[in-house]
Amino acid sequence: MQDRLKQILEESRAQLQNAASLQEAEDVRVKVLGKKGALTEILRSMGKLSPEERKELGQAANQVRAEIEALLEETFAELKKKAQAAKFEAEKIDVTEPGRSFPMGSKHPITVTIEEVSRVFKSMGYSLVEGPEVETVFNNFDGLNAGPDHPARDWTDTFYISEDILLRTQTSCVQVRTLQDKEPPIRVFAPGRCFRCDTPDATHSPMFHQIEGLVVDEGITFADLKGALDRFAKQLFGPETKTKFRPHHFPFTEPSAEMDVSCFKCGGKGCRVCKGSGWIEILGCGMVHPNVLKVGGIDTEKYTGFAFGMGVERVAMLKYGIDDIRLMYENDMRFIHQFK
Amino acid sequence: MIVSLEWLKDYTDVNVDTTEFCDRMILSGSNLETCELVGRDMEKVVVGKIEKIERHPNAEKLVVCQLNVGGEELVQIVTGAPNVFEGAYVPVALDGSRIPGPLHGQPKVEGGVEIHAGQLRGVDSHGMLCSFGELGFEDKVIPVNQKDGIWILDGQYTLGMDFAEALELKDAVIDFEITPNRPDCLSMIGMAREAAATFGTQLRYPKTGCEKAEGDAADYISVEVKSPLCKRYTARIVKDVKVQDSPWWLQRRLIHAGMRPINNIVDITNFVMLEYGQPLHAFDINSIAGRHIIVDTAAEDEVFTTLDGTERALDTDMLMIKDAEKSVAIAGVMGGLNSEIEADTNTIVIESANFLGSSVRSTSSKLKLRTEASGRYEKGIDPNLCEAAADRVCALIELIGAGTVVGGSVDVYPQVEEAKAVHGRVSRINKILGLQLDREEMVKYFESLEMKVEGEGEDLYVTAPTVRQDIEIEEDLAEEVARLYGYDRIPVTIPRGNSESGQSYERNIKDMARETLVGLGATEIQTYSFVSPKGVDNVRIDEDSWERAFVQILNPLGEDTSVMRTILTPAMMEVLGRNFSRNIDAVRAFEIGNTFTANLVDPESLPDEQDNLCIGMYGGGVDFFYLKGMIVSLLNKLGVKDLQFIAESEYGVYHPGRCARIVARHIVELENGPAVEEVELGIMGEVHPEVADKYGIGTRCYAAELMFNTVTELSDLEKVFSPLPKYPATSRDIALLVDEDMLVGDIENVIRAAGTEILRDVKLFDIYRGKQVEEGKKSVAFNLTYRHNDRTLTDEDVNAAHGQVLQALRDNLDAVLREM
Repeated sequence: MQDRLKQILEESRAQLQNAASLQEAEDVRVKVLGKKGALTEILRSMGKLSPEERKELGQAANQVRAEIEALLEETFAELKKKAQAAKFEAEKIDVTEPGRSFPMGSKHPITVTIEEVSRVFKSMGYSLVEGPEVETVFNNFDGLNAGPDHPARDWTDTFYISEDILLRTQTSCVQVRTLQDKEPPIRVFAPGRCFRCDTPDATHSPMFHQIEGLVVDEGITFADLKGALDRFAKQLFGPETKTKFRPHHFPFTEPSAEMDVSCFKCGGKGCRVCKGSGWIEILGCGMVHPNVLKVGGIDTEKYTGFAFGMGVERVAMLKYGIDDIRLMYENDMRFIHQFK
Repeated sequence: MIVSLEWLKDYTDVNVDTTEFCDRMILSGSNLETCELVGRDMEKVVVGKIEKIERHPNAEKLVVCQLNVGGEELVQIVTGAPNVFEGAYVPVALDGSRIPGPLHGQPKVEGGVEIHAGQLRGVDSHGMLCSFGELGFEDKVIPVNQKDGIWILDGQYTLGMDFAEALELKDAVIDFEITPNRPDCLSMIGMAREAAATFGTQLRYPKTGCEKAEGDAADYISVEVKSPLCKRYTARIVKDVKVQDSPWWLQRRLIHAGMRPINNIVDITNFVMLEYGQPLHAFDINSIAGRHIIVDTAAEDEVFTTLDGTERALDTDMLMIKDAEKSVAIAGVMGGLNSEIEADTNTIVIESANFLGSSVRSTSSKLKLRTEASGRYEKGIDPNLCEAAADRVCALIELIGAGTVVGGSVDVYPQVEEAKAVHGRVSRINKILGLQLDREEMVKYFESLEMKVEGEGEDLYVTAPTVRQDIEIEEDLAEEVARLYGYDRIPVTIPRGNSESGQSYERNIKDMARETLVGLGATEIQTYSFVSPKGVDNVRIDEDSWERAFVQILNPLGEDTSVMRTILTPAMMEVLGRNFSRNIDAVRAFEIGNTFTANLVDPESLPDEQDNLCIGMYGGGVDFFYLKGMIVSLLNKLGVKDLQFIAESEYGVYHPGRCARIVARHIVELENGPAVEEVELGIMGEVHPEVADKYGIGTRCYAAELMFNTVTELSDLEKVFSPLPKYPATSRDIALLVDEDMLVGDIENVIRAAGTEILRDVKLFDIYRGKQVEEGKKSVAFNLTYRHNDRTLTDEDVNAAHGQVLQALRDNLDAVLREM
């Protein structure tokens, strides 16, 4: 009997070693451990034996059974692994084939630029305010200290709806509205569309966008204006950006300035974008003219403020290297999709 | 303002190089457009004298010149210029020289042209005689009598001397950008004042006195000012005038300033205009009838011929210079043909007058005639300049011997403009600027600008020269201090105080809509706020529809941009058409923008501005339901949930069978409790083929326009958590055989209305036409989900509820239930 057990073990080992598939291994299991299996038969026949013999043979048989079971497990594991590897091989794909397309739209570059500038001003605690595109002559000119003789009021420069109503030529009218509506402290910015009688060409458009800014509080100084706009420039164009303030003139600010930033293409060395100067003019600014503050009923002895305004198209064209403003309003999908 | 640096040095010292000069002028407030170094682009061009001219043996139009260029031997040069003569001093480009060019009749070459010895029709020529143009001067500045042929120099020069050196051509010409508040800087003296203040140098005024003046101007002329539009009229007289070319130094300065020399009298008036900023005019005294000048507005229906030969119709607001009989000039704009100075003019009247800027502007704009003088008057000129400028003209005439100056002047100046002191406070100026300057430093800056400062301690009483019309308030003083102290030296500080940023709810929703639409695959476009009124015709808007209540622009660039848009769809169609014509096979676009409708009740008030959202698309497999799905996703995201799409067949933009009004249902609180209100948000559909055709879109396209303000009003972004279901759901399917024109929306409404509270969801999952379904019918299948919040539903529960639904369908619709 002991020999028979050994034989079963050796036979099973050999058969399992040769097993090429899970089925073959399973066949071995059935042949040995199944209801009518060789080992089962031996165990079943043990009833005829003496208790001592039964015990001895039982131990031996169980040991063989355990060994065979271990062999089976090992074989099954190996064969499963092989089968899986074969499956993986068969299921291999070409990962360089294109992915399925999820159509994504894009925002217009004007929107992208306004959002970028807005993000900076919001981070500095400015609120976004808006005004209408069709405005009163008062809010666009008189309220901004541009009197009846101001040349920009000409019909050749400004679109009129009536004697008292026009298409705003600057977002600065939102200054007047804000000063009339709010009490200091005021800290706002206002993006929006503006209109001037310019025939479209590569650098002119009868409609364009501006972003206006206004800060009014006690003790606001020209140094604060420099600080705020320098910070803005560094956030929009990068921390290395330098700013330069040059005296200029606007009817609604005094003193007034234009701000240049060091060229963000060449870093100030001089290139085509900055026309070799290393500087790019980016916005107009100044201390709010007392006549403007007075329109809002603000005590000019107590409060001072600064204001600024920039052209969105100009910033976008410089940033993205767009050479023709008309592309902005042609809305060719191939143009807009570049600003995803 | 074009400034020749060489000329500017007459009025103040410039001790820095050109680059530093420009940089510091920019920082003190004189921004520059360009700075050009001139007279540095010629090599080996010298002064020569034509000693001998012989005929060319082989060519009739050429001559052979022998040139003395300072050496022992004469240089032979062949030329075809008609104006050469023996004894003439001329510019000679020697063998191996370089001139800026262009050569006569040829295009300009970058870097100039090299001149080499060669042969012309068989005769040796060792260089070239040059014209103004060949030496790089623009046509508009070349003196009239030097336009054709070689440049014949006026006077004698050292032979063989470097030409640019001899004629003092080397100069820096700077074009300054002058802001409208500083008309005083439209003059050499004004710019010199700025330079002197910037660099701390002295300002020198030009000489205005004459050595020997004879007689009294009042014996020659009388002046009567009848209109307040003339603030001052100063006249001086010069007799024995010899009209000829100006000396070279005067011509050169005009040329560098971009003006063409004409003759000595005209040149001097132009020179002094550039020097002082005061326009001047010279009349032939013989053309002034009665020797009496009257300044008055034009007669009714008057017609006048200006010296450019054009007849001009005048109106009674236009200020004229007249004599006893007729008009002789349009004040401040242009002189008349009838009083022009001629070669035989003997005695002239120099007019140095001040006319009201707004009057000159209106006249010049009405006549569409802008001149150097009118441009200057428009910007505003100090009337106190009249006398000095007239005197300066006389001094220059005497200096160059162009005539004999008559003493005295006739000066009508009814209301003398006096300088006013502006009060400022040292502490306040520091407070505006964020500086701590002391009084002395501020005073130093004011005085460097020729401003007088009085007062003491805190108080500054600053009197600016009357040319500075921009100094009116304390803030103006602050600017003067700031720019001379240097904007770059003002510290950089952060405004005090904290504030929170914010924006309107509407703007939030707008931002969210853009973000969502981009995520849904649509691309944003931006079109003009003004449009053509024909757009609404093109999209088939009804004749009497509100979309035609345009806000009109009184002075549009053209019809295409003459009205404010009432809807966005026409511009959207235009963009779709443009992209289609450019072979872009699929477009999904949107625009969010303002629309405008005239306020019919009160035309004096601002029009109504409302935001609209327009979506347009074609190609790439889009259809009505693609667009509808996009709109539903968008509106749900924006917090507008209960939507109805109601078939519409009357709106001209769309296919009558493929158009829907978009309606939102929301709960409103009424007096007797909450009620459901239906609000129209917009309209969508497949674009009518005639509309698509109009815009050249050769495929089906789809569009929608929504009133964005209404969307915002209905938007409810509040999120409320409801617990996840604890008990299982049961699902039942229903299939119905209905007429083809039965709306699935109606069926769904019946199901929802009949469902008890355990009916959680209704989903359409199939519409079938074809085999086993008779013609004119369709089979529609829904999946219904039942669930109870507090317990597991029994079959009986579901059967009861489902039974109600089935009953309602049978009762309310002409529908046959099919076995599932």
